[in-house]
Amino acid sequence: MDLYEYQARDLFEKHNVPVLKGAVATTPEAARDAAADMGGKVVVKAQVKVGGRGKAGGVKLAVDPADTFEKASAILGMDIKGHTVHKVMIAQAAPIVDEYYISILLDRSNRTFLVMASVAGGMDIEEVAHTTPEKLAKVPVSAVDGIDIALAKKIIAQAQFPAEIADQVADVLVKLWETFQSEDATLVEVNPLVKTEDGRIIALDGKVSLDENADFRQPDHAALVDTASTNALEEAAKAKGLNYVKLDNGQVGIIGNGAGLVMSTLDVVAYAGEKFGGMRPANFLDIGGGASAQVMADGLSIILGDPDVKSVFVNVFGGITACDAVANGIVQALELLGDKATKPIVVRLDGNNVLEGRAILSAAGHKLIEQAETMDGAASRAAELAAM
Amino acid sequence: MSIFINTSSKVIVQGMTGSEGTKHTRRMLASGTKVVGGVTPGKGGQVVDIDGTSLPVFNTVAEAIAATGANVSVVFVPPKFAKAAVIDAIDAAMPLVVVITEGIPVHDSAYFYAYSLKSGKTQLIGPNCPGLISPESSNVGIIPADITKKGPIGLVSKSGTLTYQMMYELRDIGFSTAVGIGGDPVIGTTHIDCLRAFQDDPETEAIVMIGEIGGDAEERAAAFIAEYVTKPVVGYVAGFTAPEGKTMGHAGAIVSGSSGTAQAKQDALEAAGVKVGKTPSETARLMRAILGR
Repeated sequence: MDLYEYQARDLFEKHNVPVLKGAVATTPEAARDAAADMGGKVVVKAQVKVGGRGKAGGVKLAVDPADTFEKASAILGMDIKGHTVHKVMIAQAAPIVDEYYISILLDRSNRTFLVMASVAGGMDIEEVAHTTPEKLAKVPVSAVDGIDIALAKKIIAQAQFPAEIADQVADVLVKLWETFQSEDATLVEVNPLVKTEDGRIIALDGKVSLDENADFRQPDHAALVDTASTNALEEAAKAKGLNYVKLDNGQVGIIGNGAGLVMSTLDVVAYAGEKFGGMRPANFLDIGGGASAQVMADGLSIILGDPDVKSVFVNVFGGITACDAVANGIVQALELLGDKATKPIVVRLDGNNVLEGRAILSAAGHKLIEQAETMDGAASRAAELAAM
Repeated sequence: MSIFINTSSKVIVQGMTGSEGTKHTRRMLASGTKVVGGVTPGKGGQVVDIDGTSLPVFNTVAEAIAATGANVSVVFVPPKFAKAAVIDAIDAAMPLVVVITEGIPVHDSAYFYAYSLKSGKTQLIGPNCPGLISPESSNVGIIPADITKKGPIGLVSKSGTLTYQMMYELRDIGFSTAVGIGGDPVIGTTHIDCLRAFQDDPETEAIVMIGEIGGDAEERAAAFIAEYVTKPVVGYVAGFTAPEGKTMGHAGAIVSGSSGTAQAKQDALEAAGVKVGKTPSETARLMRAILGR
């Protein structure tokens, strides 16, 4: 889960990473009041989970509360690369003399954690890495050893931070590590980390991504979930414990078991759909190993509730699950749904107890159900039905 | 032969007394795996009867090894306790630890992976994987044993159900070993580790490699194939239609920016001489063509 800047700022503050005062506002009035509380000049910053907001006009300096109201009015509702701005952060303004970069992240390729640090901050770090790689220190960090002050000093020296601020920055790095570790983050990035006129080191803008697998030990993280920007179907699916992702421009609803098989099903449908006017998958839905009647009914009701869906493809390989249990689940799900089930459903069952499963569906004789023997054949038929 | 597991593999089940652990211990025994005991802290000394096989339960992996001579552990412990269980197995110098558990925080898997490197004595497979099977010899994890037979194909895959699908498509030819390495961001055994083992395994004649979006493991595997693998390899990559920024089921299956796309992976594999199928069935046909069957 990626956090907004204001949420990252709050987490930094919680772990004693030096930050400026900041408040989040969803209306110009609230923005004005926040500026009045802070006093002096403030920066009004659009809260969107996409880069390039400065260039898009989503960051403005405001001289007083009235000006903050004006700037917030202009920024709220703005569209930045397809993201509508629903919130602004009101941040204390600070006179900056230098900008740096620090991040800690999960390095998948090397299966370790990685610190990146540079004195060339404030700009796109991928650009720095590309054009002047010597200005970006990349240091692997073992999950077992972590970052203590000695290692932090070494990293900061390697990144060639000026000697007079090296100790201060090393201290910030240790606190960022504490944030990264104790919050179960997969990314903690500060860009820019700044030096102010009075010599303080401050995390001015931050990005944090959190690991949802750790939610069981991070009770505070539930409050950070942004329900406003979640798709309504995705939210309904999540409430039922389903692993569902809505896809744009799709007509074929997909249900399958196992993440890899479902991903493959989407591809096979898109591939088959080329012959039928470009039919595409409308969603990802993995019902997992169990595939009980209730789970199947929940899945089907989500998918049939999607107005984009014209046909449904149920693709199950009975590995651990038996196909007869899945077939019973489909039949019972359609009974539960009754008149709400209105779209044709192509079912492909294979694997464990496949003959029994197919026989159950045939015997049920439901008018919406068609069976296909192969995944490719089923995908083609589902695409054809969607195009009708 | 086969890779990683064979008829002399003696398996203990960490979390055997839990519902998943019991269910899959039964299945592993039924498929002929030598399961020799279980580990559940606090339940040491108990004996569990599974379909007529009496299995002793130990408090620690070290005790289990001392009493049974186990050389493989399979972990069904829930996410909350998985890190401690894997550390226990590494501390006992268990040679092979297969972590089936789904939903382990990545800080925990990064920790136990780093810990295994320090110990230098344990190979990890997973987490969040279906395990591995050398048909008719040994089956460690949750892969159904009855969908295929022993044969000349080696299979490595990030995905469980795609592993089953591919094993089923090629069931008449059969497999030396099929390894599900898991779809998490940090995994112990990689595509490359399996490709190397298959290349060196005299019984394996050809290799199927199944990848999916996220990370750069497939690109690295492609480079390794070009350099080291002389046996024919066919590939399949899932996730061409996955949108950027959305996790597709597996914690690691996410396209971010231009990195981790299915197209990039397919291109890299094809550049290394791997024939890549558009669908699982087409991939199976490519393998049939190579083996002439």
